[in-house]
Amino acid sequence: MRTLLALLLLLAAALAHAHKPSDSYLAVRVEGSNLSGQWDIALRDLDFAIGLDDSGDGNITWGEVKAHHADIAAYALARLKLRSGGADCPARSGEFLVDDHSDGAYSVMRFAATCLDEVTTLEISYTLFADLDPQHRGLLRLEHGTGTRTAIFGPERATQSFELAKISALTQFVDYGREGVWHIWIGFDHILFLLSLLLPAVLVFEGGRWQAVARFPTAFWDVFKIVTSFTVAHSITLSLAALGAISLPSRLVESAIATSVVLAALNNVFPVVHGRRWMVAFAFGLIHGFGFASVLRDLGLPQGALLIALVGFNLGVEVGQLAIVSAFLPVAYALRASWFYRRLVFVGGSIAIAAVAGIWLVERAFNMKIITP
Amino acid sequence: MRTFRTFTIGTVTDLLRALALASFAVAACAAPYVPTDDATVLERLPVRPGDPVARELRQLRAELTANPRKRDTAVRLAERYFALASAEGDPRYVGYAQAALKPWWDLPVPPPDVLVMRAILKQYSHDFSGALRDLEAAVREDPENARAWSWRAAIHMVQADYEGAREDCLALQKLESELYAVGCTAYLDGTTGKAAAAHRALSAALARNPNAPSEVTVWVLTRLAEMSLRQGDVKQAEEHFRAAYFEPINDQFLLAAYADFLLDQGRPEEVLPLLVDWVKSDILLLRLALAEQALKAPKAREHIETLRSRFDAAALRGDKLHQQEEARFNLTLLGNKEKALALARENWKLQREPRDARILLEAALAMKDPAAAQEALGWLERSGYEEPGLRRTAKELKALKR
Repeated sequence: MRTLLALLLLLAAALAHAHKPSDSYLAVRVEGSNLSGQWDIALRDLDFAIGLDDSGDGNITWGEVKAHHADIAAYALARLKLRSGGADCPARSGEFLVDDHSDGAYSVMRFAATCLDEVTTLEISYTLFADLDPQHRGLLRLEHGTGTRTAIFGPERATQSFELAKISALTQFVDYGREGVWHIWIGFDHILFLLSLLLPAVLVFEGGRWQAVARFPTAFWDVFKIVTSFTVAHSITLSLAALGAISLPSRLVESAIATSVVLAALNNVFPVVHGRRWMVAFAFGLIHGFGFASVLRDLGLPQGALLIALVGFNLGVEVGQLAIVSAFLPVAYALRASWFYRRLVFVGGSIAIAAVAGIWLVERAFNMKIITP
Repeated sequence: MRTFRTFTIGTVTDLLRALALASFAVAACAAPYVPTDDATVLERLPVRPGDPVARELRQLRAELTANPRKRDTAVRLAERYFALASAEGDPRYVGYAQAALKPWWDLPVPPPDVLVMRAILKQYSHDFSGALRDLEAAVREDPENARAWSWRAAIHMVQADYEGAREDCLALQKLESELYAVGCTAYLDGTTGKAAAAHRALSAALARNPNAPSEVTVWVLTRLAEMSLRQGDVKQAEEHFRAAYFEPINDQFLLAAYADFLLDQGRPEEVLPLLVDWVKSDILLLRLALAEQALKAPKAREHIETLRSRFDAAALRGDKLHQQEEARFNLTLLGNKEKALALARENWKLQREPRDARILLEAALAMKDPAAAQEALGWLERSGYEEPGLRRTAKELKALKR
């Protein structure tokens, strides 16, 4: 019996691989000293390792998986070591989801890890299921900058090191520049502040009321002075904060930024300062600089290329500003004498800006949610 | 020229692997979601926790956890898992079996029972030379170990080492009862140009053993069908296939061979009812998709996509276990002749059974590249393998040379 069974089984050997063997999918993204990742692990494997089918009916339900999320995180993360520069980068689990791969349902765990310094060589030790199923493999996708690497982990290759390609200074400069543009583009508070100061640039306050300026150069130089002083001011504080020379609580900074928008907008409706708005731009620009600095901090500053990142980000912000200004100025100049501009855009717009910024101020100062900027 | 070709194929394989890995993004991150209902069933376990099989496995595991070096428990657990791997077609169980043998896995010469079990697990992952080393050591230690001899025979057959297989069958004659001993020799003879004699001997042995277990009867009948085909007797082959099909067990190998027979005979419509419930098995799904494509059935597209994603997943891992099937998939369903030939050549390095020769010859013919199938042509000459269809393909291929 045994003899033929052997022949029989062997002949069926090729057929016996009817299913996919056990794999997990590990994606890791490196940004500065921060790692973020997603780990897809088959529910069948997790059930074998820690038991998921609490009801014992042979079906694994979402409720059962949910009840075991903490166990899954503890089990899996204990079997994944991320190291950089000789020190551990402790990982913590985040959101849990589910995904269907070609061989069944997987638990999807997002996670994050923080290393001491910017990661140049990432060492990964992967021992998931190594004691239970030596045939199990971990399929890694490692992303860094714009590059992607892949690797396969198994008992014979449990620890692997990845030298992360040094990103060139130019790439870094351009990357941070792009972040700067992006931030001004999505940073409505900065745009609204700038607009509040720019709206009156095509007008002049004479005899107790706003009049259209006579010549384009007058408007242009006014705008130039405002934008330049805003830029100089926020560059100063951005640099000081990014270098760690000054640090302000972010709630205070964010509230002050909202205040600056309210005041700048109200000044258009009830003029207090008019001739020297560039000074207003400078004063409040100092506050906005702290706001930019917090964004830069969130992005993670490369230790080796602090200056490049700083200058790149700053120039990105300027490019973004100039784009807004050059779109705004010609249109505003053309419409400056019209009722539409002077009443609706200038007065109505300023009031609307003040109102929105007022809500932000309340939200930020009292840490509550009214609208989402 | 030869070096260049090898290089090209190596590069193509690497490239394909790189592409497979690059598509990881798509494969791995399809679209994770959060189910809305706690009662949603995400996965069905193949073995219920309350099953007798599961209970036995749990018990053995508990014993082994208490005492990981208890050899008979470890071997028994490994055997149970291997049987489950074969029945369910799930390689996970082979990993579990390997884990049970952990204390002995890296020893140069563990005791014979572990050696045989280790060899069985190694051959499953296509580590044939490692498996043969273990079996060699096992029969040296214990020359009466019929199981070790039979596995040796099986591996020698896969490697087309017919002298080695002959030696194993001879050893088995002293150790095993008639049907098994004859089965071994007939299997060898049937592949090496003596199909008629092998068919006579094996059907006589089967007639004398009417009470053999169903698994064995199905195995014998499938072999008899193959031997009939090698002699060009289609009618008799079909009788054997049908007799095997009506045995009260399901056998994936029989179904695959029967489906191939029907496809070769141009009767794809009969394949559908045979395989409709077997979409979970890659090997049978391939045959089903081939039949559906021949019939222009609407399901064909979906099944081809399923197969593609399964082969991609295997490539991601670096597995080379599916190369024969993947070559056939590429040649017949995707029309990707170049990749089919590269895979068939890779596969031939490891496995040299008639069906491995067939896909290599067919892929080489499609690419009009007889040199690529030189080794399979050489095998056909040396073995004396008779099947008319394969000999025709070889002849067409050789005609290209001139």
